[in-house]
Parts: sequence; structure tokens; C-alpha cells
Amino acid sequence: MTPQPDMPADIPLNTRFAAALLDPRQTRPVEVTAHSGKRAEKRFDVYRNNVTFSLMRALADIFPAVKRIVGDRAFDEVARAYVRANPPQVPMLFEYGREFAGFLAAFEPLQRLVYLPDVARLERLWLDAWHAADAAPLSPQALGAIAPERIGEARFRPHPAAGLLDSRFAAFTIFSENRADGPVGHVETRKSETVLVSRPGLEVQVINLPEGGHAFHATLFAGATLAEAAGAGRTASDRFDINRNIGMLIQSGAYSAAVLEGEHDND
Amino acid sequence: MTAFSSFPDAHDKAQQANVRRAASPPPHTLAPASVGASFKPEHLQAILADDVPVDFLEIHAENYMGAGGPPHHALARVAERAAISLHGVCMSLGGPQPLSKDHLQRFRALVDRYRPALVSEHLAWSTHDAAFMNDLLPLPYNAATLSHVCDHIDEMQEAIGQPILLENPSTYVAFSTSTMSEIDFIAAIARRTGCGLLLDVNNVFVSATNHGYSPLQYLADFPLHRVGEIHLAGHALQEDDEGETLLIDSHDGPVADDVWALYAEVVAMAGPVPTLVEWDSKIPDWPVLKAEAFAARAILRTAEAGGAHHDAAA
Repeated sequence: MTPQPDMPADIPLNTRFAAALLDPRQTRPVEVTAHSGKRAEKRFDVYRNNVTFSLMRALADIFPAVKRIVGDRAFDEVARAYVRANPPQVPMLFEYGREFAGFLAAFEPLQRLVYLPDVARLERLWLDAWHAADAAPLSPQALGAIAPERIGEARFRPHPAAGLLDSRFAAFTIFSENRADGPVGHVETRKSETVLVSRPGLEVQVINLPEGGHAFHATLFAGATLAEAAGAGRTASDRFDINRNIGMLIQSGAYSAAVLEGEHDND
Repeated sequence: MTAFSSFPDAHDKAQQANVRRAASPPPHTLAPASVGASFKPEHLQAILADDVPVDFLEIHAENYMGAGGPPHHALARVAERAAISLHGVCMSLGGPQPLSKDHLQRFRALVDRYRPALVSEHLAWSTHDAAFMNDLLPLPYNAATLSHVCDHIDEMQEAIGQPILLENPSTYVAFSTSTMSEIDFIAAIARRTGCGLLLDVNNVFVSATNHGYSPLQYLADFPLHRVGEIHLAGHALQEDDEGETLLIDSHDGPVADDVWALYAEVVAMAGPVPTLVEWDSKIPDWPVLKAEAFAARAILRTAEAGGAHHDAAA
């Protein structure tokens, strides 16, 4: 690497200190010393290592399937590059890595793994569901309380933990296989899968949606009625099955209430 | 995911719940000879099944700043078994830039929700500009840094409605721009802000080794009468540029014998003070961590029996 010129000393100490932590080409600030005339290179490197390795470890914790797919060495390489380019913007590490999927897509050594960014997106949704606000999922009674002739008008409030991913690849299968303990079998990666993530209780659920399911749930998430969502599902796929998808409103735990215009929530 | 704008905001309910929680009982108070341990989620079942758990459990505040889910569920359950100590790691009190209002608000929400027996933060910085560095970074000790640290502690104490305990750091470098000793700096902060102190005995040992001073002299000079909590932890050995020992505050093993000896000196001088064993990496089974905390209890009880008490050190 080319050595960077030192930052001028009139730049605030913390700015120079932080820059040298994240960029190994920057020398440490001139004020950084050690007692008895000792040198401070290795001492300053303790901070460099703490910052870089702790953030790389945070990414490994958030994206275990990505790490398993690419292997430890490749993961360390992309994680180190990501940490230096995208340090966290808030002090909660469970918020970290929101740009990791896009970074993977642009990271030349891993670009042949075209499905990898979607696996990362799914892992990020999983962690968001884990930390999301608690809410009781929509109950069968609440859905049953809606008169059958009005069910098409009903709107469904997404559970705080609910998330959707529409992938051109087998993101669900790759994610599931690489998060399980056993060996990973052959996966047909080019098969499109759409995924619904939820956490109705304390367990995160990751559901591989039937055909048209993404259009159906995305339309409901946007605040449209069940009839509009069913229309979107049919438009998306000839094989869209409305009964199966209505059942999913309860089974998925991805909704917390059903509402009719002019009435109270049914939750 | 798209927001569902046609429904009443779900946050309203969360806020109502917070108001209800704010009316919950006042915080636990800890007896001077209390002992605690870091709370690690992998220990949840062992702690719940333990007939004699520790007196208090300490959490890193930032790990519980999510809205809900298993972390809060676990914490609510252990909070029924032990008092909670809320240990902030990322407020960045030691940096020159203003504290994050959002982070103060999140911290306040945790104080309201869990009513911790102890609330602490570090003499360090971790955020600069928009970047959070996830480490406890050192600062020079001089009039300018003293002024902004005091302003930040005032602001935090104001925001959470109670005094904090400020922890002495473990450091690996010094600054040519320091004009005060660490002790003078910390004592001045405590005087000016009214904050209490969290004396990390492992940090004293680590810093004393790394900077070539006597840990006993440091403790003799430390304002022990302001100490509301003591930390103990394991450290690791590296070498500095001259091939001499550089200690790393790694929290990945048992408390070192030298640190136990130093702790016994502190307790003899200050009397019993609630003491917590930290263990954050290479985490052992719960009985191992608990045994470390109970080893501290044995030393605290010796001090109680010997009649040392807090005022004696003031």
C-alpha cells in the first residue's frame, strides 16, 4: 500500500486518531506516546486490532450463513474491507451491516456467488426480527370475527418483526442449509424464492412463500385490502392460491391485527 | 418493508407501556458486600435454575437497546432473580463532540424500564464524527478534555435523572498533551459533576503495568470514598515494541492472582463495596463465572469481619 501523508496537526486529535484506526496507511497521531521514551507502534496497534477485529466479529455473528458459504478466509477479507469502508453509524452492533449485502455484490472476489447478497439480506432481516418490538400475532378468532362478505375489505397490520425478501435465487434454501448444523447438500441456486420473516413469539420464523406470495404480502404490508392483495397475487402468478395465502395470515405470525374501515382493530 | 401508515402508530402502545413501567417499584439497593457477574444470554437457564445466584448481574446497555424480543425477555426473567447493573459502553463521554441525543434517550428508556441498582459508563470515547469504533479509546488528561468530559457527564446525569459511576480506563498509550495525572483528572470530574466512581481493579493493574507506575500507589491516591462499584476481570499478555509486557484488558479469562491481591488491598482500605466479575469473551459455564464472584465475596466478608468500613477511607 502507498503510505498516506500524515494528517496536519491542526486537525483535531480525535479525527486523526480515528482515521489511523480505520486506515492502516495513516500513521498514529504525534501526541500518542509511551512512558520512559518507549515506542508506541505496537501499543497503538492494540486499538487498531480491537476496532477492526471486534467489528469483523460482529459481522460474523450477524452473517453466519454468508461466512459458512465463503469460508473463514474470504469472510475475513470482505469483512475487513467492509469495516474500513463502512464503520458503524450507531453504537448498537445489532444494527450493523445494513450495507453488507450491497458491498458483497460489488466485492469482486465474491461476485461469482450471485446469490450471496440475498442470503445476507435474509440474515439481516432475521436479526431485525429478533430485536423487533413484541406484539401478539393475529389470532384465528380475530380473523373469524370478520363477516365473510366483508373479508375482502380487511386490512392487516404487519407484526413489528415481519419482513419480506423477493429473491431471484434460492435464498431461503441456501440460508436454511447454511444455518443448520448438518452438511450442506446440493442446492439449485437459480430457483427463485421469496421469503417471509416473522417472530410471533420468541422464535424467529423464516417461511418460503408459495407462488404469488411476495406480491400478496407486499401489497398487504403497503396497507392495501385483502382483495387488492389477492389481485396482486393473481397478477404475479397463475398458480396463486388465495385460501392457502389467507391461512398464511395466521400461520406466519407476520400480522398483528385485522381492521375494517369504521371498526376497531381485531387483534 | 413498507410502513403501514393507515393504522394508528404501533409506537403509541409502546409508549403507554413505558409510562406504566415508569411507575414500577424503585431500584434495588445493594448491600456493600454484594457480588455480581456479567450477564451472558447463554447463562440464562443456569441462572434461573441456580438456588443461590449472585446478588446482581451487569449488562452492557447497548445490547438491550432493541425494541423487544428474546434479549428483553431474558433480562426481565433474570431481573426477578438478581438486581441489575446497567453498564454503558458506548456513550463516548471522553470525546470532544456532543453526546448523541438519541443515545441518551435510549439509555434513559433502559433506566426507566429496568430500574437498575447501578448505572455506569467509561472514561473513554468510541464515536467520532458519524463513526462508532466499538472500542474504549483513550484521551489526554488536560483542562480542555476535563471540561468536555464534565459537560458530558452533567448532560448524561441530567438525561437519566440520576448520578452515574464513572469507570477508570485501561490504556495502552499515553499522550504528550496530558498535563494531569489520571487520578487528578478523575478526582476533578467526581468533584465537579457529583458522579460516583466505578473502580476497575483489573484496569488499574493493566494500566499500571503498561505505563510503569505502582498500582498500589494509584489506589492509595484514588478517591475511594466515591467508589460505588468495583470491577474485576481477566487480562491477556502481549509485548510492547521493546519486548516488555503489555497487558490487554481482554475479559476472556479468570481474574489474575495479582489482581486478586490488589483487590484485597482495596477492600482493606475502602471496606466492602459491591463487586462484579466481568467475563465477555471465551465465556465459561455459569458455575465458573459464579465461583469467581463468590471468591470476591469471601474477600468482602473478611473486610466486614475485620470491621473496615467505607468512611474510613474518606
